[in-house]
Parts: sequence; structure tokens; C-alpha cells
Amino acid sequence: MTLLPEAEAPIDPPPQPRRGGTARTSGGGIGLGRYILIRALLIVPTVFILVSLVFFLMRVVGDPISASVGDRLTAAQLAERLAAAGYDRPIIVQYVEYLGQIATGDFGRTLSDNRLISEVLLTYGGATLELVFYALIVAFVIGIPLGMLAAYYKDRTPDALLRIFAILSYATPVFFAGLLLKLTFSVWLGWFPLGGRASTRVQIALGRLDDPTGIYIIDAIRSGNSVIIGDVLLHAIMPSLALGLLTAGVFLRLVRTNVIQTLSNDYVDAARSRGVSEFRLVRYHAYKPALIPIVTVIGLQIALLLGGAVLTESTFEWRGLGFQLAQYLGARDFVAVQGIVALLAVIVAVTNFIVDVIAALIDPRVRY
Amino acid sequence: MSVTTVRKPSLLSRLPIVSHLRQSVGVQRGMLIAGIVISAVFIIAAIFAPIIAPFGFAQTRDENGIFGKQMPPSAEHLWGTTVGGFDVLSRVIWGTQTALSVVIVAVVLSIFAGVALGLVSGYLGGWLDRVLVVIADAIYPFPTLLLAIVMSIVISGGRSSLWSGILSAAVSITVVFIPQYFRVVRAEAVRLKAEAFVESARVVGSSTGRIMFTHVLRNSTRTLPLILTLNASEAILTLAGLGFLGFGIAPTSAAEWGYDLNRALSDTASGIWWTGVYPGAAIVLLVLGLTLVGESINDISDPKLRTRKRLRKAA
Repeated sequence: MTLLPEAEAPIDPPPQPRRGGTARTSGGGIGLGRYILIRALLIVPTVFILVSLVFFLMRVVGDPISASVGDRLTAAQLAERLAAAGYDRPIIVQYVEYLGQIATGDFGRTLSDNRLISEVLLTYGGATLELVFYALIVAFVIGIPLGMLAAYYKDRTPDALLRIFAILSYATPVFFAGLLLKLTFSVWLGWFPLGGRASTRVQIALGRLDDPTGIYIIDAIRSGNSVIIGDVLLHAIMPSLALGLLTAGVFLRLVRTNVIQTLSNDYVDAARSRGVSEFRLVRYHAYKPALIPIVTVIGLQIALLLGGAVLTESTFEWRGLGFQLAQYLGARDFVAVQGIVALLAVIVAVTNFIVDVIAALIDPRVRY
Repeated sequence: MSVTTVRKPSLLSRLPIVSHLRQSVGVQRGMLIAGIVISAVFIIAAIFAPIIAPFGFAQTRDENGIFGKQMPPSAEHLWGTTVGGFDVLSRVIWGTQTALSVVIVAVVLSIFAGVALGLVSGYLGGWLDRVLVVIADAIYPFPTLLLAIVMSIVISGGRSSLWSGILSAAVSITVVFIPQYFRVVRAEAVRLKAEAFVESARVVGSSTGRIMFTHVLRNSTRTLPLILTLNASEAILTLAGLGFLGFGIAPTSAAEWGYDLNRALSDTASGIWWTGVYPGAAIVLLVLGLTLVGESINDISDPKLRTRKRLRKAA
């Protein structure tokens, strides 16, 4: 995560239609359809680069098997394991084969419990998705109104306090926020459960549903039992707060800066000269244009949230993809780690694509 | 102001933070000063850790016998002891040293690598530029922590002594930061390339290397102090995150806050707060201090965000 507006803007604005030589007609730009197509094609090189990077980093120095169990096996046993996994072949052959597997959606098998990585995703992905979604809601609900408030009170006490809150929310590692929340609300006040996604009984009840989605809140609503829904929500509050606060601070400062900059536009001056109140200026005139940059950074924020989810899930024993990744790290199963990281690379690339398309839909300027 | 009276300000007042301090007023000045003070306290604690800390970071006994595990704060152990029987206060103080060494190594490495790549890429352009930009763009949105995990597996296989631990944490963080420096410096280099002074240097026959490193480099480092402070704070968070996942430095090699928090997590259920709250607060404060400095520099450098001295009273 960076707090830097310069660094957050893409180096090259998304695909330049004029590069192909077509003259810019009046009205300019390209159709939305073509923009989406070009942007979708850009996913391929991004995923390709990240997957290659992870592959070569993990292989150039050694191989996942030696790194994880190398010191527990004899040289002969190790060589046997390596041969069985195909790690004794030339690296370029392995690389091409690996790319081929990724292209067909095969991210390999874990070393420690011999499961398909894609199966791990299906089992635990829902939980992570649920957590990230809650965290985004928390971030929106806290970040956007407070950002507008800070802009309204620019350079006065409430602004200073809110900005310190924003920096604090960024400076606090999610696991420390989680630890404080657990201490205060579970141990001392006893309001919320210490961790997990639901109580054991509810978990069993949810497991008995036919065709569970793995996203507990959806399953709970489908069960129609208010006790189950309440239990699931109660378990979700602290993890979503811990993770959401991290992004709330980023949204707060972004909204603040953008509202302040929008307020210096001519049309705002024009509105002001017509006697529009200062509050209305912030709430109605500067609010919407200030939201556009938020949409564009959400892509980066989702990547940040995925990274934060690894820590949040470990803190609250929220059994999602991040928790599982931490487990595999602890078990030194680096094949699984490589698989999950490659998988997350795909997820990040696809999310960024979706966010860019949404940004293009909202703001026609992006498409040019 | 007439031209004849313009005097170049002294070197001291042109140094990044000092010049910003002079320009600032009001709340912004307060935030900058607060940031500098907090950061200074940590730097002092890091330098004088051997003198300030009552015990060693891996010490579990002294002449009075074993410290005991999870002892609450007392006169002997002001902040209590951890589940491993270490003194919390001492580990927090020694942890400052670890955190700051990682930050310094990471920032220095990423500045050199990122700035050099950005400069070459932006000034020379061509296919190298295209390739580097695509790679930087691909790495940029990827979660920092995940990349750092991969890097630390690669470098140390996840287990490390003091210096290899510090180095692997720093290098992991560096890899993640390079794209950020790269982007900023490249953008500046591309802009400067078209400036008249670069062209005239080329006309008088300066070599490409000389133009790049004397003319372009000096003019493209404007935003570096800001990125530097912000990345320093991110480096601390990444280090703590790695430590929390058990990928940091072994507890007997050095004190590391993230690792201590990892061990403290299971203490919370029984209401033991001192093992987690102190190292956590140390992370928050240090990051807060560095961010305040970076933030204030950003606002003061940006004329749109800078608060100016009031020249006249508001009507």
C-alpha cells in the first residue's frame, strides 16, 4: 500500500487507442466494448509475468521440496522425491509445463496433504471473499463520510483529529488491531467470540445444508434461522473491523484530498457565488467527482485487503485462504505456497480488470 | 523582490526536512514536529539499546534466578515477561534496533535499484523501457506481504539468524518497493528528457551517462524524501507481518515485534495483555512518527495542500 497519489496512478494510462494510427475524431475515444476487450487482454501478460516471477524466484535458488524437507531426508531420498516431482529436468522444460498447467487451471498439488490447489481455493475461497467484502463495507461506511467531514473542516481541529485517525488506522498492523479488539471485546467485555467463523453447532448446522456455498452469510440466510444468521454476523464483526479499518483510513484521506481539490474548481466557485451553502458544496457538488479516484484505487485496495486477510484470518482463526496459506507456511509446504500465491495473482489481475471496467463505466474520461 | 537581493539560502535550510519545517505553519507544523520527535525517540532507543534496555533480548534469567513466564508488570519487570520468559520492555527496546536496521537496508537498496532502473528506463526508452514498465505494472498491484513471503522463502528458506534475517527481510521488502521508485523516477526522467537544459547538454557533447547521472538524476529526486519516509513505515509493517507469520528472525537472534505479537496472540484468551500491547504500540508509534513526517512533507511540498501563513485577517 502506498499513500502516494503519484505512485498510485498507472505509469501509462490504460491502452491508448490512437497508437494504432486512427485519427482522433471529434468526441474522441473508443467504444466501451473495445476498451473492455483490450483491458481484458492485458490480464494475460500481467498474470504471465507474476506467475513467471514466482516460478523463477522459487526455482532459481532451489526447489520447494529441498527447501521444505531437504534437511530431514538423505541425499538419495531427496533425489527420489525430486525425480518423482519432475524437478530434476531442465528448468525451462518445467517452466513450459508449469505454464501449460496454469493455463488449464491446474495450480498443482500441496505437498503436505496432497490436495489440489484449486480444491483448496474452492473450500476456503468463500470465507476470504466474505471477509474482504465485509471489510470493504466497513471501509466505505467509515472512510467516505469521515473524509468529507475532514475536507469540510480543512485545517481545523476536527480535520487534524480525523487525519491522525487515518494515519493511526494505517499504522496499526491488522493483527495488532485484532489483538486489541479481542482483548477488549471478547476477553474483558465478553461481547464477541474470540475467533472462528461461527460456533461449532452453527458450523455443523451449516455443513448439513445441501449444496453449501462456503460463504456462511449466504448459507445462513438460506437456512432461514435467525439464530444462525446472528451467530455468523457476531463472529464476523471483529475480523471485518480489524481489516476494514486499514482501508478506511486510505479512503478517508483520498476523499479528503479529492474533495478539497474539487472544491477549488471553477464550477464550485460558481455555485458558491450563487449562494450555495458550504455544506451543500461538499455534500453534493464536490462529493461525486471525488468518488471516482476511489473506484480506481479500489483495485489496489483489494490487493491490499487480500494481503491483510492472510494476517486477519490467522489472528481470528477465520478459516479462509489466508489462514490456509499461513498453515502451509508453518508446515513449510512451499509447493502449496507457490500454488496459492500464483492463484492469488490471477485473482488480483481479474479484480483489477473488473475495477477498471467499472471505472470506465462511471467516468467516460478513462476510456479515452 | 529584485534580482540583486536574491541570495541562495544556506545549505542547512535547504535540507529536506529542515526546509519543510521552515515553510510550515499551524497544524501542519505541529504534525511535522510530532513526527520528527517520535521518530527521533525511536532512533535514540535503537542506538542506545544496550544501555537503555534492562536485560538482553534473549535473556531469561539474571542473578536473582529465572524471570518466570507471563509475569505481570512489576518493579523488576516494568512491562512483565513473555510466554518464553523474556522481559517485554527489553525486547521492545531491542526490537527498535531490528526494525530500524531493516528499514535502512531496505530503503537504501530500493533507492539505488529503483532510481537506477527508473533513470535508465525513462531516459533511454525503447524496448527496455517497455519491458520494465510492464513488469513494474504487473508487480505493483500485487499484495506486498505475499511477495515478501515468497522472497523470504527464496532467501532464507524461512529460518534465519540475525543478519541473514535482517537482510532477507530487507531484500524482500526492497523487491516490492522497487516498482514504486521506478515509476516516480521514470516519470520524472521522461519529463526532463525533453527539457532545454538536457538538449543543450547533448549539444555540447556530454555523454549519455553524464547527462543521466548529473543533469537528469539531480532534478528527478524531488519527491524521493517523501517516498522514502512512507516506504520506511511500510517496511516496518511488512517486517512485522512476516514476523507474525513466523517468517521473521528467530527470537534468540534478535528481538522482533511481529514475532512477539504472534506469541502474544494466544495469551489474549487468558487476559494477558502486556505481552502484546507493548510491542504492538511500538509498531504503531514508529509507523505513526514516520508517516507524520512523510505526510507533512507531502502537504508542504504541494502548493495546493499547503497551509499558508495568513497575510491578512479574514474579513
